[in-house]
Amino acid sequence: MTRLYTMDKPDERNRLDAMAQGIIGRPLDRPDGSAKTTGVAPYAAEYVLADCAEGVLVLATISRGEVVEIESAPVLGMPGVLAVIADPRMITRSAQGGAGKSPVREIHKVDYYGQPVALVVAETFEQARDAATRLRIAYRADDPAKVPLEQDDSHAAHEAYGEPVEQGNLDVAMRDAAHAVDVTYTTEGHASAAMEPHASIADWDGNTLTAHSSLQMLKYNQKELADALGIKPEQVRLISPYVGGGFGSKLGISAELTAAAVAAIELGRPVRVVMSRQQVFQCVMRRSETRQRIRLAADGEGRLNGFGHEAWVSNLPGEKFAEPVTQASEFLYRGEHRRLRIDLARIHRMTAGSVRAPGEAVGMQCLEAAMDELALASGIDPVELRLRNIPEMHPSEGLPYSSRRLAECLKVGAERFGWDGSDRRPCQRREGEWWIGTGMATACRVHNLNEAQARVTLSTDGTAVVESDMTDIGTGTYAILGQIAGEMLGLPPEKVLVQLGDTRYPPGAGSGGSWGAASTGSAVFAACESIREQLAEQLGVDEADLTLKDGTAVAGNRRIPFTELVKADLTETGHFKNGGIDEKFAIAMYGAFFVEVGVNAYTGETRVRRMTGAFGLGRALNAKTATSQCLGGMVWGIGSALTEELVFDPRDGHLVNHDVAEYHVPVNADVPALDVVLVDERDPAGSPLQAKGVGELGICGAAGAIANAIHHACGVRVRSFPITPDKLLDQLPEL
Amino acid sequence: MPITINGAEHDLDVDPRTSLLDFLRTGCGLTGTKKGCDHGQCGACTVLLNGQRINSCLTLAVMHDGDSVTTIEGLGTPDAPHPLQAAFVRHDGYQCGYCTPGQICSAKAMLDEVAAGWTSFVSDDVAGAPKLSEEEIRERMSGNVCRCGAYSNIVAAIAEVAEAQA
Ligand code: FES
Ligand code: FES
Repeated sequence: MTRLYTMDKPDERNRLDAMAQGIIGRPLDRPDGSAKTTGVAPYAAEYVLADCAEGVLVLATISRGEVVEIESAPVLGMPGVLAVIADPRMITRSAQGGAGKSPVREIHKVDYYGQPVALVVAETFEQARDAATRLRIAYRADDPAKVPLEQDDSHAAHEAYGEPVEQGNLDVAMRDAAHAVDVTYTTEGHASAAMEPHASIADWDGNTLTAHSSLQMLKYNQKELADALGIKPEQVRLISPYVGGGFGSKLGISAELTAAAVAAIELGRPVRVVMSRQQVFQCVMRRSETRQRIRLAADGEGRLNGFGHEAWVSNLPGEKFAEPVTQASEFLYRGEHRRLRIDLARIHRMTAGSVRAPGEAVGMQCLEAAMDELALASGIDPVELRLRNIPEMHPSEGLPYSSRRLAECLKVGAERFGWDGSDRRPCQRREGEWWIGTGMATACRVHNLNEAQARVTLSTDGTAVVESDMTDIGTGTYAILGQIAGEMLGLPPEKVLVQLGDTRYPPGAGSGGSWGAASTGSAVFAACESIREQLAEQLGVDEADLTLKDGTAVAGNRRIPFTELVKADLTETGHFKNGGIDEKFAIAMYGAFFVEVGVNAYTGETRVRRMTGAFGLGRALNAKTATSQCLGGMVWGIGSALTEELVFDPRDGHLVNHDVAEYHVPVNADVPALDVVLVDERDPAGSPLQAKGVGELGICGAAGAIANAIHHACGVRVRSFPITPDKLLDQLPEL
Repeated sequence: MPITINGAEHDLDVDPRTSLLDFLRTGCGLTGTKKGCDHGQCGACTVLLNGQRINSCLTLAVMHDGDSVTTIEGLGTPDAPHPLQAAFVRHDGYQCGYCTPGQICSAKAMLDEVAAGWTSFVSDDVAGAPKLSEEEIRERMSGNVCRCGAYSNIVAAIAEVAEAQA
């Protein structure tokens, strides 16, 4: 049986708080922790299949053109080499999140430097790797001088992306403002750089393609792979119980999966293809570089009446995605005169797609730095400035807000951090050769919901099983789905088994857009509500009068253990849908960052010394895993502020820093003990769980707080992220 | 001479191009040791070689005749976890889990280094016995990248074990 739950109005019942088990929200250890810390949890590349061959991808070394000839013969003569494959079913770009159909797969046409053009398969990895490096490919390359490789290249085509917001007259508002800020910021490209490289093992039995693959959203990935191969989705089974990080890079299928699948079909044996770290950087996904013009027009009290946020981003021709830079700017602050727009340039770099918190990750950091400039210009405490600009209604659409704890986050965060916003003049504090400063920023991320299904079975032995093709990419899905089911069914967590990451289970929401927990969790909730009703009916009581705790049903003066009550397994599939709740309310997660940095007076090096994040993200389903997600986001904020930057060779679009040594993600020594506060919240419009998204909020604005702290420390306002020492050095004050 | 891995002897009858990491993962089925970069940049492949931590992707299997290797599987198991493994679970010192075996092997060797009196870049006194402050842990664990950003919890987990051992 299926129980449908359509989210078309706020769920004010707040059922989870009325349950008796008392495990929802508790900071329980993850059930997958033991397998992960002892090394027994299997990731995609780690399954043992008999007679498995090994494939290595070969990437293009031109920016645009055609493959004229692949000189396979010499390579095929090498020991162990089985095949050189360049097949029209192989994809040459990664699928965008939620695509559900094959991305571009013109294997002989090259659209970017680093595009996959062939697969070499051999008996062993060493043989395949050697043969792949020796494979000679003849190209007809377009003149790189004529290929648009950068946004401002004169050959680049531009188009408007999405619906621009044009409201009132921003120019007049700027002219008449008591305090006005008109600034342009830039951010560079980012890589997800999940620690597990993209990996797939494909096996074809003549009818069904089974793949162990590292993926975030199986129900879409199944369709993407089937479409590429020209078979039916039912002929594809994907298995991904453990995923070594995704951050958007595994939302859609990538080239190694179709290459492995085609090779398995052609060779009649399983084939494993694992991308090298360099290949992941070059051919999966990048976050677009951005240029952002921000205009803020405020009255004498710092109240905004004009708000402009215009962004320039890029992507490959034919891609639908553009970094939605202005997403939170639509509703975060007041200002009746508004201008928001995104310009998309078509250039020949690898596919631009979702990297953790697409839009807000880079949009918020620039907006919040510009807000700091307004705070300085107006002499208002930056925290107070934000408090004064929280709108009553959505400034363009007139919608009410659902639960919004922004003001509380600003206050709680300021209190914990010990914020003093009274004197924001820079260069006030020095410790030896270090200038010390503090900064803050608002956090904001839109709340997304997605259709999801999950099956729950309450067994005669008094245990329950939750099944969905939902993934856990480090987010804590195993933990929170078990806690939801345990709370609703009155079972301790060890009595609930959660099984994920297999397309044989009902289609979950997938892990993306921070929607996984609220959406798939609500499917589990719906299934459990139905099971509760069936138990109540059996006992002849109202479901609301039924108490379930520790495997026992209590109704009136009767106490019956499930082992007696459940005569045959009760199985129910919960089906959750967004019924347009987001058209009735502006629903988002909010927070505030507070940071202290040291800037070295001689070298321009910035060190983050302290960082507090206060977040209102609806109900935290597990305080421990929710806190971890916030910590992770803040670490990304440090990277985005100080070090992360994809560097492309302007001559041919070649990604220069395509590994972890040259693309600098924060290491342990870059990160102080981070302080996270979860501000108590229930958002009835967020989901029937009163929960919202968690995984991305911690990055959205964090880098802005660091930029503001740098300015406060040493007086240098850098409008180009990342803020590397070279950008500070020539402007640092004399000691 | 064979190589000893987690106490069991294995023949080194492999392609000379095979890294120790690939030998462990493919040759021995010990996939707890992870490959994150294959270039000595991330630490996911950290194992203990004769008790010291190394990046197993940066050395060839055939160079380890007679050596003894301990991998994450040799440190502890789900039924009998090493104190570090248990502390990582309690403190949520991981998220996706992919860097985790490397972090834990690295932490094990790092604690031994401190016990043996090795100082680090952030030690105040390079002559005396090092004290394991949080700053020391951060410095000494910076060869292990965690893209999930679990660093604060990793430091807390290691600090707890270090304190219990002290
Ligand atoms: S895999 Fe060896 S250091 Fe990254
Ligand atoms: S737990 Fe995912 S990289 Fe560390």
